[in-house]
Amino acid sequence: MTRILKTALALTVGAATGLGLAGSAAAQQKKIVIGVTCDRTGPTQIVGTVLCPAEHDYFDFANANHLLDGYTIDHPEIETGYKVPPAVEAYQRQKQEGAIMMPIYGTPQTHALNERLEADKIVGTTPGFGIAASADGKKYPYLFPIAASYFSQGAAAVKFAKDQLGGSLKGKKIAYIYFDNPAGTEPIPVIKDLAAQEGFELRTFAVPPPGIDLSAQMLDITQRFHPDFVISHLFGSSPAQSIKAFKANGYPLSKVVGLVWASSEADIKAAGGWGVAQGYNTMQFAGAGDDYPVRQSIKAMYKKEGKSLPAGMDTTVYYNRGLFNAAIEVQALSNALKLTNGKPPTGTDVKQGMEQIHGFTLGGLVPPLQITAADHEGGGWVRIFQVKGNGFVPATGWFNAYRDVVWQQVKAAEQTQ
Amino acid sequence: MFHREAGVFKTSYAADMALYPLPIAKWTVAAFAGLFIAVVPLAFGEYALSLINLCLIAVVGALGLNILLGYTGQISIGQGAFMSVGAYTAANLIVHLGMPFWITIPAGGLMAALIGLLVGIPSLRIKGIYLAIATLAAQLIIEWTINHVTWISGGVQASIEIPRPSLFGHPITSEAGIYLFLMFFVVLAIVGTLNLVRSRIGRAFIAIRDQDIAAEIIGINIFRYKLYAFAISSFYAGIAGVLESYYLGIANYEQFQLDVSIDYLAMVIIGGLGSILGSIFGAIFVTLLPIVTRWVLDGVGGLFFTEANLDNSVPHLRLVIFGSLIIFFLVVEPDGLARLWRNIRSYFRAWPFSY
Repeated sequence: MTRILKTALALTVGAATGLGLAGSAAAQQKKIVIGVTCDRTGPTQIVGTVLCPAEHDYFDFANANHLLDGYTIDHPEIETGYKVPPAVEAYQRQKQEGAIMMPIYGTPQTHALNERLEADKIVGTTPGFGIAASADGKKYPYLFPIAASYFSQGAAAVKFAKDQLGGSLKGKKIAYIYFDNPAGTEPIPVIKDLAAQEGFELRTFAVPPPGIDLSAQMLDITQRFHPDFVISHLFGSSPAQSIKAFKANGYPLSKVVGLVWASSEADIKAAGGWGVAQGYNTMQFAGAGDDYPVRQSIKAMYKKEGKSLPAGMDTTVYYNRGLFNAAIEVQALSNALKLTNGKPPTGTDVKQGMEQIHGFTLGGLVPPLQITAADHEGGGWVRIFQVKGNGFVPATGWFNAYRDVVWQQVKAAEQTQ
Repeated sequence: MFHREAGVFKTSYAADMALYPLPIAKWTVAAFAGLFIAVVPLAFGEYALSLINLCLIAVVGALGLNILLGYTGQISIGQGAFMSVGAYTAANLIVHLGMPFWITIPAGGLMAALIGLLVGIPSLRIKGIYLAIATLAAQLIIEWTINHVTWISGGVQASIEIPRPSLFGHPITSEAGIYLFLMFFVVLAIVGTLNLVRSRIGRAFIAIRDQDIAAEIIGINIFRYKLYAFAISSFYAGIAGVLESYYLGIANYEQFQLDVSIDYLAMVIIGGLGSILGSIFGAIFVTLLPIVTRWVLDGVGGLFFTEANLDNSVPHLRLVIFGSLIIFFLVVEPDGLARLWRNIRSYFRAWPFSY
């Protein structure tokens, strides 16, 4: 009996200490709070464990280099494990801490927080997932996808195929292999519209979750359909399986393009390494590889502090996406501070700052985004990086494609929301 | 609560089965009602209320699963799927027909009950772990169906955004308003369950749980009552699903996946099988434990880790602590938190003159 009481007492005291410490940190002047929500556990932890440290690294970098005149960034993190109720709890907590901006992680989380962000005037960024229709800033004022949506990625993949196949898709055959969940099916209407417009034959191949075994689909694609090009929209362990299977069936990987979640170092390694994946095309919304000044500066920052580099830095695709997200946010804050002449910005100022991001490229890591009040996607830019040697080599410049078809789908998606 | 029972003599079965075991219990309940309806929404801030709201939704779902698992002894790991049936039913009614919550919430529950009936049919022939697998199949089939039938899943990414519930034309937007809205349904769910388990149906459930062959011999139609249990349990789950969608503003397939079913199973087992108070304790425990461990780790963790390491280790450490605490409580009291509470109560019952 007493034992139980003691346990309860210990828990209460611990909780109280926790609350007290967390509370005192926020109550200081000249601070801007960015409330990071993140998932380092759960189904997408392979992304989160690399992406979140990158965001913190960039905020530290911004603080060390005084990128925000006279302000420091406070960036508390709350982990959600890719679950929706914890994400709502994390949101309330960050709001209490005074956050005016929030990197969100996860599509269902974005849907759940959308209405709250708008009511509380807090800017949320959702690069590479979230609500495709939120490209429309008129309808979703406080939500910024900033990276290319699945619609834009699908359109860009068709454009890339067209360029690779000599400038015309008339009479060609394209296979679309996708993870059979709502995220996987999302680009299909765009690609179907383009099939009619460009005159190619489209066939779709679904891979049911968890996507470990896709030999049947692969045989269908490589031995029966014989496509001229393959667009692959897979998640988790299935991209690696698909690369192996294309190789085993003798289909050239240079005629395959993987959308953004089928395109990291982790996928290549799981497929058997760079040697196996030679020629595979990956689509990126932030530059891949190590060759960017900001990465060198962060390395220097670590060196100066005498610390070893973060383990995730080698997974450049996800790490750079974290830098991308954080850098856009800091840039928006910097724009907002210009608007307020150094007074503490509100969520509305940050939104306006976000909508003034034009041609901020961070040494090539960030595409030439043109974020406006109407277009929160910033143009839907992507770049194709090909596996060559022991790394990713750019195969194209930054490009976007078929914006009219994409926006038609954005408007159609708004109707169903 | 800590009432003196001296001098209270029950002379009839009806008195023994009464909702209020003691005359004074009426006043305790009234005091609690006052506390939860008047004091809590005023005394707590928005953040604390949002935590309470998450618990309230879980309480409804846990009560439903307890009727099936705790009272009737039929295992189900399809709770998440039944919640999604309720959520999507309500979401479609709201978005396409603009129906108010007092129609959508029962409708969501009824649709879930209907699907629950279908899933319950195999329970006549299969028991225990085999039934668990059958309900697991239901979880996966329902999830697949929602994902692939576009007239159910409606919007993009199989998610339907729904507006806040409105009362007399005013949308309930504040956390305190939502709290009272949820509390109304939680009270209904608790009173409903209390009355269910002391009725003929409830006694039949308990008879089936304790020994189904004996129950059949004394004239209980096992098939019918097992189906009742599935239907009622799914009805609760459906309502919990609708409430969650109203609270989050969205019905999305990813918030009702297998891990949610497992969480509910954990709530019922940790709280105490076949106990209404246990369902409430379990729901609060499983919902708040991860959050409270994070507070503690954020507070104390700074002593052991650097900040970057803290961000990286806390989530994993939290999972470890969450798992260990569940094992700890089950080892200390296998009958769950409800039993633990009863032990505390019986200790104070004779206090300070316990021998």
